[in-house]
This record gives sequence, structure tokens and C-alpha cells, in this order.
Amino acid sequence: MKRYLPFLIIIAVALVAAGAATLLYRAKMKEQVAPANAAADVSAEDQEGVSLHAQGPANAPVKLEIYGDFQCPACATASASISELQKDYGPRLRVIFHEFPLAMHAHAVEAAMAAESAGLQGHFWEMHDLLYKYQSVWSKVSQPQRFFTAYARTLGLDLEGFDEASKSLELKAKIKAEGDAGVGRGVRNTPTIFIDGKEVRGAFDKAALKSAIDEALTKKKKH
Amino acid sequence: MAVARKSAKPPQAARGRVIANILLALIALCGLADALYLTVMHLTGDDAVCGSSAGCSIVLGSVYASVGPIPTASFGVLAYFVVFSAAICAAFGYRRAWSVLVVAVAGMFLVTLGLIALQAFVLHAFCPFCLFSAALTFLLAGIVVAVWPA
Repeated sequence: MKRYLPFLIIIAVALVAAGAATLLYRAKMKEQVAPANAAADVSAEDQEGVSLHAQGPANAPVKLEIYGDFQCPACATASASISELQKDYGPRLRVIFHEFPLAMHAHAVEAAMAAESAGLQGHFWEMHDLLYKYQSVWSKVSQPQRFFTAYARTLGLDLEGFDEASKSLELKAKIKAEGDAGVGRGVRNTPTIFIDGKEVRGAFDKAALKSAIDEALTKKKKH
Repeated sequence: MAVARKSAKPPQAARGRVIANILLALIALCGLADALYLTVMHLTGDDAVCGSSAGCSIVLGSVYASVGPIPTASFGVLAYFVVFSAAICAAFGYRRAWSVLVVAVAGMFLVTLGLIALQAFVLHAFCPFCLFSAALTFLLAGIVVAVWPA
């Protein structure tokens, strides 16, 4: 009997493992029910009367607007620079983000939807930061929604609401409308940055943006 | 294992080695459970496994999480099962089982190093389940090295 004991143990473990895996698989498949309808909260309405995402006081002396695409590497760089500038300038700078997903980027619209969905729960900027931070990761996969859901979980969002909103045609239309409005302002690529309505051309590094902001602040002081 | 020849009854001095083999089998069981869980989660598309860890989702949702349609974790299931089986056979005195175990653990050790490098330098994120598996593999390798000359 002892001769066969090791093989009996191995077979027993194999059977238990296979059984446990099957049970777990079945249980998980049962759990995957269609998400319930989630109520969407109010969208971020700015004083300008346009649904948008803004940081900084509405009466800040300088307003920086960025038309961004979450899958655009240059946008990620510009976003990092802007974050640093926000710390430097504090309440003197108001930053507004406009969605401008480019057709050339396969997951840009999905990412924008994720950000907007998070925005419906009051966490647009947190999702914005995560999307740019991990851009090099999710942009390479064929189905990035798993990542977006994981980010939503990290932010403590209501996942059912998030998933529901991520598929919302209404939200998609809002993103498209924002992009169209950008085209109307002459935006053709990303990032496109306006400081006090004037397009910033050239580099989008911190030094270049700082210079443009300082110039805008100087102008304000003169007036 | 069918061709392995059973050795003579282990002497008292070899008791430590038997204990080591049982320890290896228990560690392999833990690894088997970890890898099996990850495999099932991957197959069901459930990323709740990651809880609130974004890094975990990044790793488990990356292109490296599967080789074609096969979840990477399933290779771990196979490897841990081989180690478990070899360790059990070795504990019962099957000498060739020890050679299989050493080869399997050496292979797992190298693959684990590669996977850790991927997480650190390519994905810039770590998955706790993968790190747990890596720790188990290192533990297996450590025990094998410690028992090796005996």
C-alpha cells in the first residue's frame, strides 16, 4: 500500500484542485450578472455655462485650458508639467481640461469615457491623473476597460455606476461635443493649450508654460 | 514517475530530507492554490481579485498575463503541481523524483526572476499574488539548495 501512497496523494490533490477550480469558476460566472442601472449624478457645471472640468478658483487671474487626449504621450507630459505649475501658482491659476480624443488613438475615447464616468462621481481629476500615470500600460492592451475599472476601484467609486456610465451614449456625445467645440476654436491636435484664451505654441514643458503664465500674469497686473 | 526506482528505506540521518520534502510539498500546495485562483480569475475575467490595488490590475490585465489564450498563471499551476508531486514521491524515497523537483524548481526560479523584472521594469507595478508566488518559489529554491548536498 505504501508503494502507491504517494500517487494516491498526488491524485487526491489533483482531484481536489480541479474540483475547487471548477466550483470557483462556476461561482464567479454566476456572479457576473448585468449591472443594475446606476443613477448618474450631476455633471460638473462651470460658471462659463459649459460642462467642463476645472481646478482652481473661477476668479483666478490666469486661466489655462488644455485640450487633451488620454492616450497622447505629449499630453501626459504636459499634464505633469501643469500639475507642478498648479502647486507653484496655487489660487492664481485655474486649469480647465477639455476632452479631445484623437481618432488615431484606439483607446482614447474609452479613456475619456472612463474619466467622464469618474467625473460623474466627482473624481474626474483623480481618474485623469491615473490615466496619464499609467498611460504606457493601458494604452498597449487590447481591452483597457479592465484597467479603468481597477482605477475606479482604487478611487473608491461605485463600480456599477462607473461601468454603466462608461457605456453611456450620452457621455460619448458629450465628449464628441467637447471635441467639436475644440475644433471650432481651431484645435487640431493634442495637447493644445490656451492661456487666457491665447494658444500656447511650441514646447509644453514646465519652463515654457511657466513663461506663458508669467506673461499672462504680468499683463493682468498692467491692466 | 512510473520509471522512477524506489530507494532503500531512508535512514535516520535522512529524516531531515524527508521533512524537507514534505515542507517542499506544502509550499508547492500553497503556490498551487495561488496560481489556480489567479487562473480561474483570469478565465472568468474577474478583476475583483485585485481589490483596491491598481498595480495588481495592471499586472494581471497586461499582455503578459497570458500567453495567447492561455493564462500565464496556469503555467504556475502546472509547475507547482509537478513540484508537489515530485516532493511527495521524493519523500517516499523515489530518487529520480528529486531530480525532477530540482529541474522544476530551477526553471521556476528563472521564470520568476523574469516575471519580477517585467513587473519592475516594464509594467512598473506589482501584483501581490505574483509576489507571493515569487516568495514561495524562492523559498522552494532555498530549501532545495539547502538540502542539495545531502
